[in-house]
Amino acid sequence: MSAQPDLLYSEEEEALRSAVRDLLADHCDAPGVIARTESDAPHDLAAWKALADGMGLAGLLVPEAQGGQGATHREVAVVLEELGRAVAPVPYLTSAVVATEALLECGDEELLGQLASGRAIGALAVALHRPPGTVFPAVRLENGTLHGELTGIADAVAADVLLVPAEDGGLYAVNASDATVTPQVSLDLTRPLATVALNGAQGRRLGDAEPAVRRALRSGAGLLASEQFGLADWALTETVRYLKERKQFNRPVGGFQALKHRLAQLWLEVVNLRAAARNAADALANGEYDEETAVAVAVAQAYAAPVAVHAAEEALQLHAGIGMTWEHPIHLNLKRAKADSIAYGTAGAHRSAVAELVDLQAP
Amino acid sequence: MTDAAELRSRTQELLAAHPPATTDRLDFLKARFDAGLAWVHYPEGLGGLGVPRSLQAVVDAELEAAGAPDNDSRRNGIGLGMAAPTILKYGTEEQKQRYLRPLWIGEEVWCQLFSEPGAGSDLAALGTRAVREGDEWVVNGQKVWTSGAHNARWAILIARTDPNVPKHAGITYFICDMTDPGVDVRPLRQITGEAEFNEVFLTDVRIPDSRRLGEIGDGWRVAQTTLNNERVAIGGMRLPREGGMIAPVAKTWRERPELRTHDLHQRLLKLWVDSEVARLTAERLRQQLVAGQPGPEGAGMKLAFARLNQELSGLEVELLGEEGLLYDDWTMRRPELVDFTGREAGYRYLRSKGNSIEGGTSEVLLNIVAERVLGLPSEPRTDKDVAWKDLAR
Repeated sequence: MSAQPDLLYSEEEEALRSAVRDLLADHCDAPGVIARTESDAPHDLAAWKALADGMGLAGLLVPEAQGGQGATHREVAVVLEELGRAVAPVPYLTSAVVATEALLECGDEELLGQLASGRAIGALAVALHRPPGTVFPAVRLENGTLHGELTGIADAVAADVLLVPAEDGGLYAVNASDATVTPQVSLDLTRPLATVALNGAQGRRLGDAEPAVRRALRSGAGLLASEQFGLADWALTETVRYLKERKQFNRPVGGFQALKHRLAQLWLEVVNLRAAARNAADALANGEYDEETAVAVAVAQAYAAPVAVHAAEEALQLHAGIGMTWEHPIHLNLKRAKADSIAYGTAGAHRSAVAELVDLQAP
Repeated sequence: MTDAAELRSRTQELLAAHPPATTDRLDFLKARFDAGLAWVHYPEGLGGLGVPRSLQAVVDAELEAAGAPDNDSRRNGIGLGMAAPTILKYGTEEQKQRYLRPLWIGEEVWCQLFSEPGAGSDLAALGTRAVREGDEWVVNGQKVWTSGAHNARWAILIARTDPNVPKHAGITYFICDMTDPGVDVRPLRQITGEAEFNEVFLTDVRIPDSRRLGEIGDGWRVAQTTLNNERVAIGGMRLPREGGMIAPVAKTWRERPELRTHDLHQRLLKLWVDSEVARLTAERLRQQLVAGQPGPEGAGMKLAFARLNQELSGLEVELLGEEGLLYDDWTMRRPELVDFTGREAGYRYLRSKGNSIEGGTSEVLLNIVAERVLGLPSEPRTDKDVAWKDLAR
């Protein structure tokens, strides 16, 4: 085993957190996010511009020489914690992490620069539910143009460029305007899915799809745990706050032991999730795509998904009636948490990965 | 300011003056204590140098490399983990000088006389009486769950000195001589077959007032130091990946493919992940302590490890199938060490049941997390302003 991971937050990381939180307080308040979910523009492009262009956060993973900030997965994880807390409808995970990692693997300077600066939004055309290391559908390559339909592509409706795997084993950049992108009615309205249909679209070959997709999904899965931590921490904090205020039977309901124990159990899970998520971010930041990193990512995902869902479900039950309303933001948190439990592989898929990695074989 | 380099050179001086190969074990430990290298965060003259606790690792590494004997801390866990910090915080200068050196060296083992048959989770309701007679206190009562009482020279004891005030206010903290003729230690046999705990009957035990720790009536506050250190000691161990209770289960799984089933595989993987995450949380807590930003996570570690120990050992018994129906040995014994992961699966399963009871039940710990960490309202209390003698029992 390598050196001990750094599981804490640095002062710089805490400063970054404050800045992102302030920005989201201005842009992504809950009523605004809820109203946007049913509008024609599910993504908050003003918030995206402020994050990507204003703060330069879209380029955190991209080296300075290629137009990025030259930061690491540790800082990205902090941004994702805050985006998760706010259930912010911005294509950060999909463009600044997943698509960017694919481009880093292919070494495509031009597109990297565009994504890093926030001038363009990218989406990897691999369905959101695919775990790292599995097979993924590819489109046909006929006479130099791309043909076929892909489903379940997250944030494709916001994308300017799609990174599409083709049957020749290549990963192709396709302008979104050359594809037919059709929104799918999604469980999580803040990270909506779409189908991508290609009918003789022109594509530019970036490199081999397999290593690019593997790297992209591994980072996506590992850093998703930080988003899930943000979701769970918000659900716990809000529920504790509410139960201190809400009075029934002439006392705050947070004083009833049955509820206190549930919240204490949830706190334990959230505390554990933070350690697992920091461990995955630190492993990815150290740049080694080795077995240790694979274990850290699989452990974080196997643990994170059930915790984020549990936190959201507890928040709903303990808020009771008000938690069932469209007006209260708990449903944003629940829908994101449930969708995240499938995104980049279920907990079960990641437990199977653990079984292989640490030699605990199935019967 | 003492830094790592200076500690290293002090340790080398100790090793040069008292070569471990030719020095009696106890003599070496005494010399180490007197050099301030026993527990470096303790004050000078009391086995330490008043430097940060994190520097202890520097000393330990040097001594281990030189093959020096250690103080076999597991034999005196209660002394080192609970009695010592309490004596350090509340003891008189004379008490510190008298007790800490033989305690650290291991010449004198300590036990804890806190719980009673009628005072478990509600420890402050304890009824063992201490009555002042001149310069002495006369103690009568019954204590229980006393690990190591049969090996102990001294005990930390809390007793009721004033029954006419509310329960928390009438308790005083003492050091009890376990060789006093009024102390009767009887083994308490457990579900494992052995007796690591005892019942201790106290009949007219006489304790000089000079063995009182802290003020009369202040024993509850003094005991908080002891209990906080107990929970740190139980939950705060640093573990490698696959350390602790997951180790024997994973080993059996790898070595015995014929025992595997799909159901057990799913449960094992979930517990493996939970164990790894609990290890990471403990590591994060340790990093916070080193960085001088202690977090509240410690309150939860014992809860997590109790659950993991129970579920993993239960899984292991099931995994063993036909062998899981057997037990290694029911013979009544009085072990010197408490070992959660020792012996065979059946023993581990039964012993781990105590993990959610000893040192504060999981239910009480959840209350503590809810109230002290999350700030939720405390339980309605009907006992706070009532004199102890008038409480329901």
